Amino acid sequence: MSADPANPRLGWNVLRDVGELVEYHFMVNALLAGAIVAVMSAAVGWVMVLRRQTFAGHTLSMMAFPGASAATLAGLPVAWGYFAFCGAGALIIGRVGGSERRTWSEESASIGTFQAVALAAGFLFVSLYGGVLGDLDSLLFGDVLGISDGQVLVLASVAAASLAVLVVLARPLLFASVDPDVAGARGVPVRALSVVFLAVLGLAVAATSQITGPLLVFALLLMPAASAQTITARPIPSLALTLLFGVGVTWLGLGISYFSVYPAGFFIATISFAGYVLVRAGAALLGVRRARPADPMPVDGVIA
Amino acid sequence: MLSQEFMRNALLAGTFVALACGVSGWFVVLRGQVFAGDALSHVAFPGALAAAAAGVDQRLGLVLATVIVGAGIGVLGRATLSGRGGGVALAADDTAIGIAFTFILGLGLFFLTRFGLSSGGASGIQAAHTLFGSIFGLGAGEARLAAAVALVVTVATVAISRPLLFASVTPEVAGARGVPTRLLGIGFLVLLGVVAAEATQAVGALLLLGLLAAPAAAAHRIARSPVVGIALAGAFALVSVWGGLVLAYAVPSLPPSSAVVAIAATIYYGSVLLV
Repeated sequence: MSADPANPRLGWNVLRDVGELVEYHFMVNALLAGAIVAVMSAAVGWVMVLRRQTFAGHTLSMMAFPGASAATLAGLPVAWGYFAFCGAGALIIGRVGGSERRTWSEESASIGTFQAVALAAGFLFVSLYGGVLGDLDSLLFGDVLGISDGQVLVLASVAAASLAVLVVLARPLLFASVDPDVAGARGVPVRALSVVFLAVLGLAVAATSQITGPLLVFALLLMPAASAQTITARPIPSLALTLLFGVGVTWLGLGISYFSVYPAGFFIATISFAGYVLVRAGAALLGVRRARPADPMPVDGVIA
Repeated sequence: MLSQEFMRNALLAGTFVALACGVSGWFVVLRGQVFAGDALSHVAFPGALAAAAAGVDQRLGLVLATVIVGAGIGVLGRATLSGRGGGVALAADDTAIGIAFTFILGLGLFFLTRFGLSSGGASGIQAAHTLFGSIFGLGAGEARLAAAVALVVTVATVAISRPLLFASVTPEVAGARGVPTRLLGIGFLVLLGVVAAEATQAVGALLLLGLLAAPAAAAHRIARSPVVGIALAGAFALVSVWGGLVLAYAVPSLPPSSAVVAIAATIYYGSVLLV
């Protein structure tokens, strides 16, 4: 039976359904890109949850709007604008947020102000451009089925570079994340690490938004890591679980969305959320109090 | 300038929204909850779409969504608030906030697709989009409603300001003294939900974020005393809105929200450099 991409049918035979999925090149590309992004965002997101930089991650994902509108205004590829704004965002959040002994309340305010400024710039660019900025919904929610071979390669190299940076910096980064004061006293460059990690976070956010759209990056960046850190506080097992959750959720979401009229981002976010709720409910039932995602490891004093 | 009706409406709504954002923003910054305010403005759109799907008034869905999510964040944040003192513990809520609003935005995408598929559904999306207005597009009735809601929120925030301040700075001591810290936290987030619902409709989500964070952050840097700080935050927000509206009126290609945020951010970055 030959499959028809315009009219996919879901049967009871799971093997046949999966066979139909991988019959199409665009679907193979989507699954490949999804796996690459899931691995990258799982690793980066795990550190993000540990460092409690969820708001920073969200702000970096919002850079899609000023980035795209600035690039459109300048006549450049949209991705360039996105990466430029993500990079600038990482620098500014890292410098303002990481300086001196900043309290969390001030960091949250400075990140929020930066996000407002960037979005305001985006509105200004749109207004100066005068035209309609493409299809805003597809910009905000991604377009996973249109991924080319070249984009898969780019995603793979971005992911490889980011993971390499994380692996090289793993020990000092963990130290600086868990106890910035002691790490700083021991000569670990806490602030430089913060900027480098935010840059990697920006890359991960930009890559993830290819799959889920900028608004739903947390479905892969945050939820798998939060679920895994609920199950265990030990770094290696929870990191492995994060990877497993991320790839599983992505493939499941992409697979279901192929047979459905609804977009992949919705399924990925919903499955990821359901997994998180199950894990939290299970942890509550078992009375597991070892590691809430809210409290991954004891962090004293100030967020660096 | 004041002879233009849209300008009078913008000034009326803008003045009171600025007051509400400045005053509640001082507590938002103190409690490290800027992300919560940001998340509340994100859930407004899915709320309106869900209401359209259910066939009820979209504004009702919008307010319900922000208020319920606000209360939800407050309830979920309880464990972290009581655990360790002060601002650091509040940061822990961010995981829960990020997860909650991502799930709700995913639902929003579902409704968006659903309307896109059904015949005549595009009108539902259109109607939802028109809910999220620009401050220069307000009618007289909308402006008065926005001003009234913002005034009520400002008064309510000032009314609970003493126990809220106590509960924010030293939650353990406040709890031991019989201050209902948890209830106050939830109540404040519900107020924030009302501000978010009104502000996203009247002036746009961008202005909400800019006016919550920047003026209050500048006030916190400049003044240690809460009374002076709250007054300063309100004043900075007012200056930003008035200045921004005048600037946007003078320069037609400059969107009003961008102008307001630009002034608010200048005040904040100025305070970072000078203080």
